[in-house]
Amino acid sequence: MYSGDLTAATAAETADLIASGELSADECLGTWIDRAAGDELGAYLWRASRDQADAGTAKVGGPPSGVPIAIKDIFCTAGVPTTAASKLLEGYRPPYDATAVTRVRSAGLPMLGKTNMDEFAMGSSNENSAFRPALNPWDTGRVPGGSSGGSAAAVAGGLAPWALGTDTGGSIRQPAALCGIVGLKPTYGSISRYGMIAFASSLDQCGPLTVDVTDAALMLGLLEGRDEMDSTSVGIEGGVTRPQSEDLSGLVFGVPGDLIAEGVDPGVKAAFEATLGKIRDLGGRIEDVRLPHARHGISAYYVLAPAEASTNLSRYDGVRYGNRSPGSNLVDMYEETREQGFGPEVKRRIMLGTYALSSGYYEAYYGRAQRVRTMIVRDFDAAFEAVDFVVTPTSPSVAFELGEKTGDPWAMYLNDLFTVPMSLAGVPAISIPAGLAEPEGGGPGLPVGFQIAAPAFHEQKLLEASFALEGAIGFDGSKVRSGI
Amino acid sequence: MIERDQVLHVARLSRLKLSEEELASMQKDMSSILDHVDRLAEIDIEGIEPTSHVVPLENVLRDDVPRPSLDREVSLAQAPDAADGAFRVPSPQAEI
Amino acid sequence: MSGATDEFEAVIGLEIHVQLSTETKMFCGCRLSFGDEPNVHTCPICLGHPGVLPVPNRRAIEYGLQIAAALECDVAPRSIFHRKNYFYPDNPKAYQISQFDIPLASNGHLGEVRIHRAHLEEDAAKMIHVGTSGRIQGSDTSLVDFNRAGTPLVEIVTEPDLTSGAQVREWGQLLRATVKQLGVSNVNMEEGSLRCDANVSIRPVGSSGLGTKTEMKNMNSFRYLERGVEAEIERQKQLVASGERVVQETLHFDPSSGELHSLRSKEESHDYRYMPEPDLVPLAPDTAMLDAAAASLPELPAARAERYHSELGIQEGAARLLSVETEWAAFFEDVLGSDESIEPRVAANWVTGEFAGELRRQGEQDPADSRVSPKSLGNLVSMVSANRVSHGSAKSVLERMVADGSDPEAIVREQGLEQISDTGELQRIVDAAIEGNAKVAEQVRGGNEKAIGALVGAVMKETRGRADGGEVTRLLRQSLGL
Ligand SMILES: [Mg+2]
Ligand SMILES: [Zn+2]
Repeated sequence: MYSGDLTAATAAETADLIASGELSADECLGTWIDRAAGDELGAYLWRASRDQADAGTAKVGGPPSGVPIAIKDIFCTAGVPTTAASKLLEGYRPPYDATAVTRVRSAGLPMLGKTNMDEFAMGSSNENSAFRPALNPWDTGRVPGGSSGGSAAAVAGGLAPWALGTDTGGSIRQPAALCGIVGLKPTYGSISRYGMIAFASSLDQCGPLTVDVTDAALMLGLLEGRDEMDSTSVGIEGGVTRPQSEDLSGLVFGVPGDLIAEGVDPGVKAAFEATLGKIRDLGGRIEDVRLPHARHGISAYYVLAPAEASTNLSRYDGVRYGNRSPGSNLVDMYEETREQGFGPEVKRRIMLGTYALSSGYYEAYYGRAQRVRTMIVRDFDAAFEAVDFVVTPTSPSVAFELGEKTGDPWAMYLNDLFTVPMSLAGVPAISIPAGLAEPEGGGPGLPVGFQIAAPAFHEQKLLEASFALEGAIGFDGSKVRSGI
Repeated sequence: MIERDQVLHVARLSRLKLSEEELASMQKDMSSILDHVDRLAEIDIEGIEPTSHVVPLENVLRDDVPRPSLDREVSLAQAPDAADGAFRVPSPQAEI
Repeated sequence: MSGATDEFEAVIGLEIHVQLSTETKMFCGCRLSFGDEPNVHTCPICLGHPGVLPVPNRRAIEYGLQIAAALECDVAPRSIFHRKNYFYPDNPKAYQISQFDIPLASNGHLGEVRIHRAHLEEDAAKMIHVGTSGRIQGSDTSLVDFNRAGTPLVEIVTEPDLTSGAQVREWGQLLRATVKQLGVSNVNMEEGSLRCDANVSIRPVGSSGLGTKTEMKNMNSFRYLERGVEAEIERQKQLVASGERVVQETLHFDPSSGELHSLRSKEESHDYRYMPEPDLVPLAPDTAMLDAAAASLPELPAARAERYHSELGIQEGAARLLSVETEWAAFFEDVLGSDESIEPRVAANWVTGEFAGELRRQGEQDPADSRVSPKSLGNLVSMVSANRVSHGSAKSVLERMVADGSDPEAIVREQGLEQISDTGELQRIVDAAIEGNAKVAEQVRGGNEKAIGALVGAVMKETRGRADGGEVTRLLRQSLGL
C-alpha cells in the first residue's frame, strides 16, 4: 500500500512510482476513481467504473503506463457516451475511438471519465455546457474558463492526474491559466484530429492539461504523430523528450506591446511583469516585438471559426444518430431537432458562420478574414525571425464570476484576445501558472497564466524554456489539488 | 444592423427554427458582433492570398484498400428511427 | 408546327456523373457495391459521424486524371476540395465534398463537343420513398441506404455545344464508350454508374445569347434522354411561339407517356455556401502522376473511329458504330485478324450489318457472348468474297451459325450451297432457260431489257440460288446478244 497523497504527485512522478513498484497500477486507478467520484466541480459528464476505465487499455510496462487520464467529452470513445456537452448528442455512443484516445489507451492509460466543456467547444467559461457549468476549484463561485473547463477543473481540483483538452482559439490555454495549471496547444497538425468532434477544423488541436510542464511533455510525446486517418496531421519531427533546461541564456522573448496594451487587469499585468523579471534572472532577454495584425485576430477568428463550425455542425440533423425532435415533415424535423438540440451560443455561431458564407457576404466576411489570417501568419513569421518566443498574459483577467459575462458575447470573446492569434497562425503555445493575482473588486488571489508561443513544430524548445521558467516561478497549486 | 429578414433567411439556411424571442436577441447579438467584426474592413488586404489552413502539405492520399465496415446493427443502433435495415426519415416528398 | 418554331435552335449542355470503379469509397475504406443489402457498406466516415475526417482515395485521383487525359483537358497544377452545403437525408455530413473554383481538369474536348470542366466529388446515399397506409396525411417516410454514400464520382460538364436530341445521344454514347475503354467505370446507366443531366434552352437562329434553360435530370438511357430532350425543345419552341416564357426548372421525362414533369428542388434556396474543405490538403498532381495517366490511355473510341475510316477505308457511320462499343470493335478486329485476305470495308459491313442484325433477331446483344466466333464469321465473309457462296446463301448460313454455332463450311457442304462456279455448267442452264422462255427472250431482244429478270429468276430457280446473280445476268446478256 502506498501511503502518500497522489494528488501531491505529478503524473510523471506517479508513473515513476508505478514503474518502481512502490505503487500498483490497480491501487493508483482505485485512488483516482475515488477522487473522481467526489467531483463537486461539475468537472465530469461521465465517470468510468473500474472496469470501464480499464476497458481497451493496453497492459504495457514502463511510464506513464497506469496513470489514469480524464478526457474531454469532445473525443469520441467507442461505446462510451460522447456528447460534446450538447443535448443533441445526449445518449450518443460512438462506434469508434478517436486517434488520441487510442494513443493514450495503447500507452496503458486508463480513462477516468469524460470531462465537461462548453457545448461543441464554443465558449470561454464552461457555462455553455448543456448539462451544468464546471466550477473553478480555486473559487467555486467562479468559472474555470473554457471550453476545456472540465478538464482544467479536474486536474486543478485533484480529480484527475492529467487531462486531454482541445484548443481552437484558446480552449486549453485559457482554462489552464484560470485554474493554475499547465495547458499546451501544440502546432496545428502535430496531433491527429480524427475522432475529435470538429468545431473549426482549420484551428482545432488537441493537447494536454497537466500539473506541470514535464507532464505536458510526457503527454505530448504520446499524442503527437502522423495519423493516416487525418490528412492534415504531420507529427513532430524528432518526437518530444522530457525537458531538462535550467536557464534561458541566449534566448530572446518578444513582448507584443501593441497586442497587450489595453484591457489587461492590473493584477494580471503585475504577474506578467514579474515573470518577465524571472526570465531575465534566468539569462533570457526581453525585447519588443511587433504583431501589427494580431489585435484583429479576434475579429477574423469570429468569422472563420463560426463559418467552419456552421458547416461542421450541419451533420447534426437527427437522421443517423443523436436526438431527433419530431416534425410534421422533413424540414420541420430538421429545424425542430436543431432548435431543441443546440444551446444559444452554438446557435449564435452557426448563424454567424452561415451568414459569413452566404451568397453575397462571402468575400466581405469569410474571404476578408482569411486574408487577415494570412497577415497574422506573416506577422508571426517576421517576429520569429527576430525572437525565439512571443510571450503574453494568457488571459486578460483572472477567473471571473459565474454569470458575469454571459450577457455580452463580445466581452466573453475578448477572453481569447491573446490566445487566438497563435491559433490562427497554427503555432504552438503554452500557458504556465505565473502566480496569483487579486480579482477586480478584491478577494483571495487567483491564478494567472503566462503564455509562451514558439515557431511551428518547435515544441521541444518551447517545453525546455517553459520548464526552466516554471522552476524559477515555483507556483504551487497542491493545496487546491488535495482539497485542503 | 442586420435586418430581421436576413436573420430569418440565415436561420432557414441553418435549419434553425428560432422563436420570436430568440429571433430578437439573435438580431441584437449578431448586429453587435458584426459591428466588431466589421473593423476588419479597415485593413488593407490588397494582393493578400487567403489562408484556409496552415499545414504545408499536398497530395495526402490513401491506398485503395478496403477496411472493414461497421456491422449494420451497430450503425443502426444509433439511429433515432430505423426500419428494414435503413435509416428512416419523414419523406421529403411529404413536405407540401 | 408553325414556321415560327423553325426560327429557333436548341442549345444543350450536359453534366455527366461517372461513378469510378475503385475498390473503396472516395474518402473511407468501405467497399463499393451495387445491389447489396442496405447499409452494409458503411462506417463512421461515410455516415458522417462526429469527429470523422476524409482521406482521399489515390486510385480515384488516378482515374480522374485518366479521364482528364482522355478528354484532353488541362489539369490544374493545384486543385482544392470544397464543401457544398445543403441539408438532405442522402447527404450525411450535410455537405458534399466536391471541387468548386479550381476543378481537377478543365478546357478539354471530346469530338466536336468542348469540355468545360471535370472534377472529383463524392456520391450521395440512396433514398427509397415508401408510402405508408397510415391515416395521417403526409405521414409517408423515406428509407436511407448509405452504401452508395461516398462513392467516388467524376463530374464532367460540357460547354453548351450540342444542338439536338440525336446529337446528345450519339455524343453521350461516345463519352460512355470512352470512359468504359479507360476501365475506370462500369458506365451502366440503369445501375446509375453513369448519370446524365441535360441543360436545354433555345434561341433565335443566328443569335449568340442563351435563353432560359431547364434541366433534365437523370435519364437512365441515352435513348430516353434523346427523346426527353427532343420533347423539351419542342415544348420550349411552342411556349415561345405562343408568347410565353420558359421558366427555369428541373424536369423529369417519362419515357412511357412521353410527358415532362416539373420536379421540386432539393432546397428552395440554392445557396450552397461553398467553402474550402479544411480537412483536406491541396491536390497537386506531379509529373509522375500525369505521365502515368497519359501512359495508361488505350486507343480511345474517337481515335479508333478515325483510324477505321481513314486507314481501313470503312464508311464513317460503320466506323463510329464499331468504335463506340468496345466489344464490337474487338470482335471486328478479330474477324480481320482471322484472314489476311478479308477486306476491312467488307468485314465492317458484315459485322455491323448482317451479323449485328441476326444477333438482334435472335435476341442476343454482345458479340463476345455469341456462339459465332470471329474466325468463323471471317470464314463466311471470305467465302462470299471468293464467290464460293452467294450473298443470299450466306445470310441463311449465318442464321444457322448464330442459332447453333455450326461451322460455315459444314453448313455449306451439308446444304449444297456452294455456288456453281463452273461456267460451262451455268451456260447450259442459261441456254435451257432461254429456250424454255422463248417469248420473254424475244421481248428482251426487242429492247425490253427489264424483262431479263424473269430469265434470271428461272436460272436461279434451277440452281436453287447457288449461282452468282451477276454472273447469270452476264451470261444471259451475252447469249441474247446484248
Ligand atoms: Mg455534382
Ligand atoms: Zn465508409
